[in-house]
Amino acid sequence: MSTVEAPQTQAPKPKTPSTNPGRGRSLIPPLIVGVVAVVAWEVLVRVFNIQKFLIPRPSSIIAALSTSWADILEGTKRTGYVAVSGLIVGVIIAVALALLCTRFHFMADALTPMAAALAATPIVALAPIYFKWFGATDATAKQCVVVSVVIFPVFINTARGLLEVQNVQIELMHTYGVGDWAILREVRLPNALPFFFTSLKVASSLAVIAAIVAEYFGGQQGTLGSIITQSAGLSRYDRAWAAVLMAALLGIVLYAIVVVLERTFIPWERADARR
Amino acid sequence: MTTADTTTPAIEIQGVGMVFNGGRPNEVTALTDIDLTVQAGEFISLIGPSGCGKSTLMRIVGDLETPTSGAVRVNGKDPRQARLDHDYGMAFQQAGLFDWRTVSANIELPLELMKWNKARRQTRSSELLDLVHLADFGAMRPWELSGGMQQRVAIARALAASPGLLLMDEPFGALDEMTRERMQGELVRICAETGATVIFVTHSIPEAVYLSDRVVVMSARPGQITDVIPVALGERNEDTREDPTFFASITTVREALRGAPAPAVTGSNSVDIS
Ligand SMILES: Nc1ncnc2c1ncn2[C@@H]1O[C@H](COP(=O)(O)OP(=O)(O)O)[C@@H](O)[C@H]1O
Ligand SMILES: [Mg+2]
Repeated sequence: MSTVEAPQTQAPKPKTPSTNPGRGRSLIPPLIVGVVAVVAWEVLVRVFNIQKFLIPRPSSIIAALSTSWADILEGTKRTGYVAVSGLIVGVIIAVALALLCTRFHFMADALTPMAAALAATPIVALAPIYFKWFGATDATAKQCVVVSVVIFPVFINTARGLLEVQNVQIELMHTYGVGDWAILREVRLPNALPFFFTSLKVASSLAVIAAIVAEYFGGQQGTLGSIITQSAGLSRYDRAWAAVLMAALLGIVLYAIVVVLERTFIPWERADARR
Repeated sequence: MTTADTTTPAIEIQGVGMVFNGGRPNEVTALTDIDLTVQAGEFISLIGPSGCGKSTLMRIVGDLETPTSGAVRVNGKDPRQARLDHDYGMAFQQAGLFDWRTVSANIELPLELMKWNKARRQTRSSELLDLVHLADFGAMRPWELSGGMQQRVAIARALAASPGLLLMDEPFGALDEMTRERMQGELVRICAETGATVIFVTHSIPEAVYLSDRVVVMSARPGQITDVIPVALGERNEDTREDPTFFASITTVREALRGAPAPAVTGSNSVDIS
């Protein structure tokens, strides 16, 4: 049936829209680049005999990681706990605020500038104040830093997804004679999911950064942040870098979890619209 | 068919006027003094320059706007009641399909909201997919279809609950000429099969003539009906577009549009994206 009437008779495309041909391949190029970069790093540091307080060799970072493994693993758990719990609480607050804005439009007018102001504030600068409020040994102050950092991007994006719905779709729902609740469930929430996950990817990285920076200001010991500051203070740069490496891994793992969740919850996302 | 008894017109519009932003500096009189009666099973097109109030009139019938004066009855009822009774099916220039639903699930949405059970919904959606010649596409996502196919899904969805009344606002406006003519043919067939009453907004004179029993010609500033032109083309088929009566009706509609107090079809200075 390869006539001019092709638009009507074209063969059905694959029925599973989640089949994105780019997904399987996409891991290989960055892996190659990563390995080449690490090898080049090792070679350059050795060849030019760069001082180890400037840049330690990858091999000595790995060595430090294995000798201090127990401490660094414990630190990763503590930092991870703060980052993840703060992320979850921040996301819940942000989504609740976004839903309120959808229900009561005047709240959107009131909250959006406030959220923007919050975003412009260097939240980590609040860490010392939070430590005063909640006590320095508790994890609460650091969780509050993470929560404050996470709220803005998740709130703004989720609210956009809930509010920026095609007018036609809302009017169709009106012609079906249904109310706001059905519109929320059938139109706004599914429309907001891609926006939500985009912001969650940003927020998951921000959460780890916020947790570690909050740890620089003090509080509980034995966290990744305190291992980095202490090791640097004692000129044990390889150990500091080993902790940074774990922090990076923590961020990557959180990000990967979000990506998996995203693909589970948004099977309809167009391959061509991926952000 | 679910149409009301033959003595009640499907739509009665009496002295309807619509003023947007009344009393404010940006006040717009979109419609004045509209009278129109549409019998059950009739196909009516609204044609006129941009901004003459075609969409507004259709939206008033569909209870998406409330007129500032006059009265509208749909199947003898208040438009709001007609809407709650699911008397309407609507289709717009944008297909407005939900990406998060498959093609079938899009068609089934109105039925889901009416609490039909799953088996019944599936039977109905496969009937409708057959009707719009998309039987093999039910499991796909809307964005995997071409524009014309998406528009056919939107029409199938509008027909899902077997509404007696179809309101369509330039549903083929975004399609290329070939697809457009094929869709017109399909719409004629679908209307013959379902017996629905249709109000169809369009910019295209041949489209209005090909589809309609009567073409309602409107003019802008203020939006009003200047002519109602009956089209006697009999049963539509491939040859209808070559028929001398078809060209004669096109000429009549074109002259009615020219004769209208407002400039010409394209002469409106309103910035209307519809
Ligand atoms: N919601 C609205 N608020 C203010 N003015 C409107 C609104 N809807 C339509 N109008 C105005 O009413 C007039 C008729 O619009 P419309 O019915 O969309 O025209 P058409 O569909 O014939 O192009 C236009 O001047 C338009 O700007
Ligand atoms: Mg219009």
